[in-house]
Formats: sequence, C-alpha cells, structure tokens
Amino acid sequence: MRSRHALSSAGFARAIESGGRYRKGGGAPLRAMTGSPYLKTTYPSDAALLGTPVRRFWLAVFGLAALGFPLVGTPVLMDLLCRTAVAVVGAHALNLVTGYAGQVSLGHAGLMAAGAFTAGILSEELGAPFWLALPAAVLVGALFGVVVGIPSLRLRGLYLALSTLALHFVILYLASEYQSGRGFATGLLVPRPKVGPWTLAGATAWYYALGGVATLTTLFCLNLARTRPGRAWMAIRDRDVAAASMGVNVAAWKVLAFVVSSALTAFGGGLWAYYLGFVSVEAFSFFLTVEYIAMVVIGGLGSVLGAILGATFVTVLPYAVDAIVNLVPVPDRVHTHLFAVKFAAFGLLMAVFLILEPRGLVSVWSRVRTYFDLWPFRYHPLKG
Amino acid sequence: MQLLANTLALASIYILLAVGYVVVYRASRVLNLAHGELMMLAGYAFFGLVSATPGHPLWAVPAALVVSFLAGVGVYATLVRPMAGHPLFSAVLVTVSLGILLRGLVLLGWTADILYPLAVTGYKNVPWPLPGGAVLTTIDLLSILMAVTVLLALWGFFARSRLGIQMRAAAENPLLAAQRGVNIHLVFSLSWGISTFVAGVAAVLYASKVRLDPEIGVIGLRAFPVALVGGLDSLAGVAPAGLAIALLENLAIRYVSPLLSDVVPFLALLVMLFVRPWGLFGTKEEIERV
Repeated sequence: MRSRHALSSAGFARAIESGGRYRKGGGAPLRAMTGSPYLKTTYPSDAALLGTPVRRFWLAVFGLAALGFPLVGTPVLMDLLCRTAVAVVGAHALNLVTGYAGQVSLGHAGLMAAGAFTAGILSEELGAPFWLALPAAVLVGALFGVVVGIPSLRLRGLYLALSTLALHFVILYLASEYQSGRGFATGLLVPRPKVGPWTLAGATAWYYALGGVATLTTLFCLNLARTRPGRAWMAIRDRDVAAASMGVNVAAWKVLAFVVSSALTAFGGGLWAYYLGFVSVEAFSFFLTVEYIAMVVIGGLGSVLGAILGATFVTVLPYAVDAIVNLVPVPDRVHTHLFAVKFAAFGLLMAVFLILEPRGLVSVWSRVRTYFDLWPFRYHPLKG
Repeated sequence: MQLLANTLALASIYILLAVGYVVVYRASRVLNLAHGELMMLAGYAFFGLVSATPGHPLWAVPAALVVSFLAGVGVYATLVRPMAGHPLFSAVLVTVSLGILLRGLVLLGWTADILYPLAVTGYKNVPWPLPGGAVLTTIDLLSILMAVTVLLALWGFFARSRLGIQMRAAAENPLLAAQRGVNIHLVFSLSWGISTFVAGVAAVLYASKVRLDPEIGVIGLRAFPVALVGGLDSLAGVAPAGLAIALLENLAIRYVSPLLSDVVPFLALLVMLFVRPWGLFGTKEEIERV
C-alpha cells in the first residue's frame, strides 16, 4: 500500500515531477529565476492549499458553476450530484485509513450501515431530530473505529482486512436482527431533517446541503493530510518501524486513523439514510464496500483529489452505461439485463485500472498537466 | 444424529471450497476472493453442458470440471501473473473485480433465474436412511466421499508426486525454486487450476443438491473463514475447521436463529483472528505481526 507520495506535501512532490530542482542550501534552482509557481521557498507556501493565482481562479470558476448549477440542472442530474456528494464523503473516509494510514479496511459498508441504522433507529424509536441522530451516528462510528482499530495493533495486511470484513458481517447481522425483530421487514423510514419550522426537502435544498457537507469534508481531509495527523499516518504507511523511531506513537495514531475514518464513514451512512429517507440492510452488502474501495483505487490511493475523482467516476458509471446503451444500437438482451451490464462494466473497469493504471485517475491527471506544463517539449529542457 | 449428518454434508462442501483457497494461497500468497464466483461459473458450465448433451449427463460432469480447471489457469495467466510485483492487496482486489465481472457476465448469459441441473440430468436425489435415524441424500453421501477423496488425493500429490513437491518448493521460496529449475509459472497456474477444479466439484454437487443461481457464489465467501480458521497455508487444517464451523452453523440454526447461522463462519473467523491469527494448523511465521 505504498504510494509514490511519500512526501507530505503535494507541492513538494510536484516540484520534483515537473522537473524543478530542489536542493537544500545548494545553488539556486533553475526555475527560481523564472518565478516558477512550483518552487516553494517557505514551509507555509509549501503547505498552502491554493498556492497560485491560476488555481484560485479555476477554483472560483468551479465554485460559481457549482453554485449556479441548480438553475440549469435536471432532476436526474441533481440527484446524481447528491449521490456523488455522499459518495465523496464515504470515499474520503476510506481514503484516510487506507490511502493515508495504509490500513486496509473491508468493513466500509458495515460502518456505513452502523451510521445509517443509528440515525434510523434513533429517529424511529425515540423520534430524535437529525441534529441529535447524526452526531450519535458519528459517535457510534467512532466506537466501532476503536473496535476495528484494536486488531490493527496486532495484525497487518491481509489478516487485518479479513478482521474488518468479519466485522462487516457482524454489524449487518445485528442490523438485520433489529429489522426482523421489530417487524420492519423491508426497512425503516427516516423522516426529513427538520430545524424548527424549516424542513430540508426538494432537490435544490439537498444539493446545497450535501454539496456543502462534501466541501467541508474535503477541506477537513486536506487539513488532516497536511498537518500532524496526516504526516504521522503517511509515515506509518510507508514504514511503521521508521515512524516509531522518529517519535510517532504508532499504536495511538493507527487507532486514531480508524476512529476518524469510521466516524466519517458512519456520518456518510447517516447522510445517506436521510437523503434516501429509508434504511434497509440490503443496501449495505459487501458490494458497497467493493464500490468504495474501487473509488479510492480508481481515483488514486492517498490523494484527496483522487477520492473525489474516484467517487465521481464510480457514481456516474452506471448512468454513463445507461446513456451509452441508449445511444448505441445494441442487442435487446443488453436492454433487458442492463443491471448485469453495469455490474460487468464495473468489474472490468476496476480490473483494468488495477492492472494498467494502479495509481489511478490522479496519475492520469498529473501526466496531462505535465504535458501542458512542458508544451511544446516532451521533456524538460536540459540544464544550462 | 440428523444434526451430525447435516454437519457432515455441509462440512464436505465447505472443505471442497476451502481447499481451493488454501492451494492458491500457498502457491501465490493471493487470497482469491473470486473463488465463489469461479465456483458459480463451473456450476453454469455444468448446466450448459448438461442441457447441450441430453442423455449423457455423466459426460457433462468431467467436461464441466475441465472447463473449470481451464478457467483457473486462464485467470492466473491473464489477471494474477501481471500483478506480480504489485502490492498483494491489489492482486486480491483484482480477484474481487474478477468476481464482479463474472457475476455480471453470468447474469447476462443466463439471467438470475433459479435453475435445477439435476432435473435436467434425469437423476434423482434419493434419501438414504442411516443407522441412528439420520437421513442423507445420495448427493450428500457423494459430497462427503468427494471431500475425503480430494483431501487424500491432494495430500498424496503434495507429499509424493514430483510436481507436488515442486509446488511446495515454489510456494516456500519462488526465487530459489526457479533457480533450481522449477517452472514456477507452470506450477502456479497448475495450482490455480487445481483450486478451480475442486471448486468445480463443489459447484456440481451443490447445484445438484440445492439450486443454481448467480447467488451461489456467496457460499464461496462463507467458506473462506474455514480456510482461515484451519490456517490459510495448511491443507490439514481444512478438515477440522470445516467440521467445526459446519457444526456451529447447524447448532445456530437449531437453537438460535437462521439469521445467526449466516454470520457464524465470520464470528469464528473473528475469534480466531484475535486468539490465534495463523489458524489451527497454519505456520506462525506466515503472519505479518505488528
């Protein structure tokens, strides 16, 4: 699970990728004269999220486009974006523990179920409002995070993954016992979130709410990644013995990675329950875990941008298959078994990415950017 | 008595499937999470062949097993071999995506309808009363027989045959084995073939006994705790682990709830991981401890 981003800041890695030389105390790097945006001379500028005017410009454009989207969006597109926003939250959570801390988790769907069911049960049994039920879901997620985190102190790699998988089945069992025991055979209805007289309903309101939550989660993860927790997790991922010898408390940080990730996952599950207005065990099969793993792997492990790209890719994929099948003449059989086609396409793409592009969409993106950086050259010019 | 008889029948299917995990894991250190789906594929191959050759059901079984064997070799050659040098977890994920792909293709080819291959063959699954008042069907007895045969055959193969010894050598240290003239790619693809071949046996038996639909791959996922409880790299551990888990599962069905029985293998797995993560008979060094 080692990625190439061994260095803590994306800016630093980019300086190397794009051919800028970084020497400590040595002669002035080549690009210093030209004022290259990739050259960082201070730590704050290295850690800055929006280091260059170009980035600020494009982010502003993107933000305005996102804010104005409801004016032109169709209901289907709005729903798709809301689903993507929830997926982004879940993918960030998985990316924290698997991408940054390097601890493989196969219990993601179980933890989402824990969050969704906590929210569902609290509002069903006690009539709890969402501003109580959602934090409670986060709390339950954090508790499960401790439970998953403890095996990670003894086990590594495959065996750890299996213990999280077992936890997934245990959580689902508890949820289905509750569902069948209380007589909600098909699932629980979750009321719309409500504050005072104001109810969260309608596509536009949900779009802004979930978009805002996804943005805040992204910011949270970016900040985690570039501060002490992120650095500690990456150090553990790359070599736990080395991390320990540099003063990182491996056990504590590992458990914390699981706690933060599980809490965020459960939060995502709770959001999902509120957005759909419905919770049922069937929605949280092992396949959901695979989907989330596919998101972080296809996007690029250990990258916040990767989690967003992967979540978007995996969420949009079934809709894209729909669109392609409608545009291209295909045999009738494909139309009647569209579900199977989506399933197969997902499996195929995941395998293709793992074999051909193991660093994910982020590496494709960085190659494209390097291409334009260097244009019209294919390689950076030789020094001197 | 019936409880014991059921346990034996269930355990024999678990053993046949768990053997597949162990053989592949020993050779390539890859946990094949597509094992259940490969088993499902063998089941559909069996059904297709039985339907295509009416009147000769006994030819369809070996033919389905050959297809199954070739599927395993093909998976190794196309998917697992290119993953050499990548992180192990990526290889495991590739098998997961293979499983999803296979499921999609089977749904596309055969739809999700439930099929009964035994009805097509024209044979009947006759119940036999056993001493002690228990009842087992022909296929139950056959699967117990097959489980014992497979275990003995594999033990003989690994202990005595030249190829089996080469396989053990390649599992222990691929580099050294290759330098001593072992064709490790032959040996690895053979181990994948053996694994899916045995899964094919399980598929034919299970599909004849119960049913055939795209969901039978799930039993493959439930058999892997058996492999792990026995020890992922230990063939000897499969039999006791299979019996123990099948017994626990049957007890859960009888005394607690059928819902619980689905989780029992994973609860056993969780307990085992906390207490003795390398399994009943596995090698302790196998585990990456922290």
